Amino acid sequence: MRGLFRFSQVLSTDVAADDPFAAALAQEPIKGRSLWADAWHRVLRNRAAVTSGIVMLVMVMLVIFGPMLSEWSGDYTDWDHTSSPPNLETGHWFGTDAVGRDIFVRTLQGGRISLLVGVVATLVSLVIGVSYGAIAGYYGGTTDRLMMRAVDIIYALPFMFFVILLMVVFGRHILLIFVAIGAVNWLDMARIVRGQTLGLKNTEYVEAARACGVGHWAIIRRHIVPNLIGVVIVYVTLTIPQVILVESFLSFLGLGVQEPMSSWGALVNDGAQDMESAPWTLAFPAAFLTITLYCFNYIGDGLRDALDPKDKS
Amino acid sequence: MIQEDIVRHGISRLMGLVPTLLMLITIAFFLIRVAPGGPFDSEKPLPPEIRANLDAKYHLDEPLIQQYFRYLGQILVLDFGPSYQYKDWTVNELIARGFPVSLTIGALAMVLAFVLGTLIGITAALRQNSWVDYGAMGFAMLGMSIPNFVIAPALILLLAVNAGWLPAGGWDWSIQRMVLPVITLALPVIAYIARLTRGSMIEVLHSNYIRTARSKGLPKRIVIGRHALKPALLPVISYMGPATAGLITGSVIVEQIYSIPGIGSYFVQGALNRDYTLVMGVVIFYGVIIIVLNFIVDMLYAWLNPRIRYDEGR
Amino acid sequence: MAVSCGGEGDGPEGGRSSRPQPVEEVLLDGRPIPSVLADEQVLIRGNGEEPQTLDPHLAEGVPSGHILRDLFEGLTTEAPDGRIIPGAASRWNISGDGLTYTFYLRRDGAWSNGDALTAEDFVFSIRRSADPVTASNYGNMLYPIASAREVLSGELPTDALGVTSLDRFTLQITLTDPTPYFLNLLAHPSLYPVHRASLEAHGRRFSRPGNLVSNGAYMLEEWAIRSHIGLVKNPNYHGVDDVILERVRYLPIEDQSTELKTFRAGEMHWTYEVPNNQFKWLRENYPDELVVSPWLGSYFFGFNLLREPFIDSPDLRRALVLAIDRDVLTDKVTQFGELPSYNLVPPGVTDYEPAIPDYASWTQEEREAEARRLYALAGYSAEKPLRVEIRYNTSENHKKVALAIASMWKQVLGAIATLVNEEWKVFLQNRDQQVVTQVFRAGWIGDYNDPHTFLSLFHSDHGLNDYGYSNSTVDTLLQEISSERIPGRRQRMMQETERIIIEDDPILLVYTYVTRRLVDSRVRGWQDNVMDHHYSRGMYILKARSASSGRAKPADEGGE
Repeated sequence: MRGLFRFSQVLSTDVAADDPFAAALAQEPIKGRSLWADAWHRVLRNRAAVTSGIVMLVMVMLVIFGPMLSEWSGDYTDWDHTSSPPNLETGHWFGTDAVGRDIFVRTLQGGRISLLVGVVATLVSLVIGVSYGAIAGYYGGTTDRLMMRAVDIIYALPFMFFVILLMVVFGRHILLIFVAIGAVNWLDMARIVRGQTLGLKNTEYVEAARACGVGHWAIIRRHIVPNLIGVVIVYVTLTIPQVILVESFLSFLGLGVQEPMSSWGALVNDGAQDMESAPWTLAFPAAFLTITLYCFNYIGDGLRDALDPKDKS
Repeated sequence: MIQEDIVRHGISRLMGLVPTLLMLITIAFFLIRVAPGGPFDSEKPLPPEIRANLDAKYHLDEPLIQQYFRYLGQILVLDFGPSYQYKDWTVNELIARGFPVSLTIGALAMVLAFVLGTLIGITAALRQNSWVDYGAMGFAMLGMSIPNFVIAPALILLLAVNAGWLPAGGWDWSIQRMVLPVITLALPVIAYIARLTRGSMIEVLHSNYIRTARSKGLPKRIVIGRHALKPALLPVISYMGPATAGLITGSVIVEQIYSIPGIGSYFVQGALNRDYTLVMGVVIFYGVIIIVLNFIVDMLYAWLNPRIRYDEGR
Repeated sequence: MAVSCGGEGDGPEGGRSSRPQPVEEVLLDGRPIPSVLADEQVLIRGNGEEPQTLDPHLAEGVPSGHILRDLFEGLTTEAPDGRIIPGAASRWNISGDGLTYTFYLRRDGAWSNGDALTAEDFVFSIRRSADPVTASNYGNMLYPIASAREVLSGELPTDALGVTSLDRFTLQITLTDPTPYFLNLLAHPSLYPVHRASLEAHGRRFSRPGNLVSNGAYMLEEWAIRSHIGLVKNPNYHGVDDVILERVRYLPIEDQSTELKTFRAGEMHWTYEVPNNQFKWLRENYPDELVVSPWLGSYFFGFNLLREPFIDSPDLRRALVLAIDRDVLTDKVTQFGELPSYNLVPPGVTDYEPAIPDYASWTQEEREAEARRLYALAGYSAEKPLRVEIRYNTSENHKKVALAIASMWKQVLGAIATLVNEEWKVFLQNRDQQVVTQVFRAGWIGDYNDPHTFLSLFHSDHGLNDYGYSNSTVDTLLQEISSERIPGRRQRMMQETERIIIEDDPILLVYTYVTRRLVDSRVRGWQDNVMDHHYSRGMYILKARSASSGRAKPADEGGE
């Protein structure tokens, strides 16, 4: 790591061609860039990631403040305009659904729920998964075997069955959806982290650190985890959209968020039934959903590319 | 040396299969009975005496522990019992009829996904940040940005109803009826594999030993094919285990929308109908497949990644 | 292998009904002449979901009913318009007191394997249906038969049942009460005959293709679970000469949208239902194929009278009942032509005038004003609004109606209703236990064409009385109705019972069900009937009007 630091210092020094040494001495003190600053600059150069970032910001703003712009509320049933296409006069900018609820407001409110589910469930799985995987991979041996055996067992329970059961036993509270999805997703994270940890554990610098007597926790914190970040970040940005899709799947089964709350998944599911007769009920929520998922993916790609210490581009 | 390690590891893993299975069966058995409602709750109510008879016939009136051991005994002879929901069939028959269907579309989807996914991922990685990269990945990511319960009806609408090229659903083992379900099943996996491949390929391409190989003047094809590919595919291999198991045992959505008689929906329908035996049968079946697949994946991963040692306490 | 009937005009905008049109139907003695019939007489019917079983005594649910009606035949059966006509019995006598029925079976009645159909078959079958070991869900259909209740509860052995064979082809059934609708009951699957020898030989596997012996117009040819069920004409059926359809294929497609697309692609002739939100679109694009007809079913929501806020709350309940605008609901929400309903027994029941409450003829403004008055009388206001939960099981349609009801209560009264969507088993259990429910979705499809099937639900002991409703007058009336022989008096008592039930407001009536489906215009030989029983044996497929060369062959062929 330190070697890398010096290397980048050299790169960022502006060396005059004729008298390098003098020129170097005459320079202002070199402000080295940490790995993170380096990474940040690299992200900024990734057009797709930046665009996605901006779009996501707009999306979040829209989702939070957008419903206030409309005269309609998400649960008002406008009987005179059921299943009507987008219409500027009536104020139903995205049209209405089968019971006359405004799609613009519903889409944005649904966005709140979808984003919330995505982030929170991913956080849950992240915390559990990374700790579990790192510990298992680092300690290895029997600890690892037992821990991964536990993962195997839980993994062998089909996810849907488990979530359905949870939904059914404890009711359909939105908190439960976070927990249920997060509690099942951590398994993938744990396996990957454990695999990477196993690999990292045997690298030279970790062995060197151990030889120097550095404690286990310090090693995990300072050497293993930072090297996992790249993998973890990619995984997180792959997981958020996955979680949002899982919630939509639950909605398909009738186990997603409860009415009158809605999510993009639920809206898209309803809309898909009527894609020919009322395409606006599908088009708008689906567009929001797709754009959001794309954005997360581009941002994730950008972050991963930026954080890769070996990437010189 | 490595072979020995792998074999030793393999045997110990295989022996661990039994306790794993046992734990799985136990957890599933008790968990499903926690859910409120039972298999015989229906809108046409049963008089209490008849209800008592039914419970006796299916041993539901026995203490739970006794039912558990009775079930274990049945499992040992591979008798998964009669289905509560589909009264004319046994669980063995249902799985035997449903699994080949799910297996077929799942396996085909996996092959398609692997081939296309890795191709797209590698191509994108080799031309990182170019239009090819953006285009290929953008297209691939459609698969995981649009839910399959939107893609499926849209495909049916376009290709079956409007164009008439393919049937609208159903199953008769003909190629025609496999096309749409396989594509729908594969799309999200293609996306996932493409991203995984691309990401890991890029990392590998920037690693020291690849740069060494390139600087030595080795032709690109050999560098990529022989040196980069194997480590790049590691995360993909990791992912294949659970992904394949999930695909094989059927996707509930795909099977429901295309009206395919696989075992995917037995999970959901079984739980919703409280068909205890069917759910248990499918859960155990699924469990065995996943355990076996995970095992294979672990072995593959170890063989491909020489840095992992199976330290038994080292 | 079905081929789509795509052709000119069926471009990407889709939906234009360019289905093959039938030739002119020409009848001779009520049956079509051969030249107008399509070459392939295979009917493909959508059937909603995989039937739980093909054992007629265990079957439950509409999908299995359709298949069983084609496979078996009871002592009586139904004509296409729903009238009860002779089935396995060619005629019968009813004793003066209405308690003894003597059936004379057809001499040419036979099972699909050639065995003669005898009175002993019916004795065996009805006993089996009543046997507690069989655990039939439809035991209540047998209650009118003497000693049936005792047999079902295990107090008496099955041979105590009031069913005997007087000779090889004569069957006698004795009843506890004169039951005017008894002949209707005999057309129900729980009273179908089953083949004793196959049952004994094959046990639970007796319903498999190759094992199943049936006495109806069709036999079971194929059963690919969750894929299709194929029936083939029964050569030993007594009416085989009049049966035109060679094969019937049932497809258990659960997804409404997929079923619709299958129909549109020309791979299905007769759907199970249609997607909920597409009435207008279907009416525009498939006007000839869309069939909507009244069904003997009442859709309502129940109040749990054993819990707050509905304990002793007639004013509140009436207010909630009046606040709903049923015209808007059926017109704008469900949209399929359901009939708004203020009473329990749907119209169309033979020889019955429903008891309609007076507020049914008020204007909606009047109803809402009265609702507000009663709401305030019950002690609620804007500051102290009613908070209540509406429970329903997962379903697009229930969701829409519940949303509408909640919305109307809010807009008219200011009451705050939260929706609780539960999956089926949980919903059933909660409804039955009456511990958490307040307002819940209910409804009833009649089992037979008589008001009794609806009224009996409100007996205080009825298994489905999830409302906690108990009115001794109603109980007494129901008792008397059972033993009343004079039709006029029975009618009046039933009206009075209905009136009392509606007056007590244990439920909130919404509308009368309709059946809605798409039927290929070449399929004939069926009629709308209020029980929605359509027997394949009377149906046939007309030839398509000549297709020009180069077009795809019309989809009147069946699959493998």
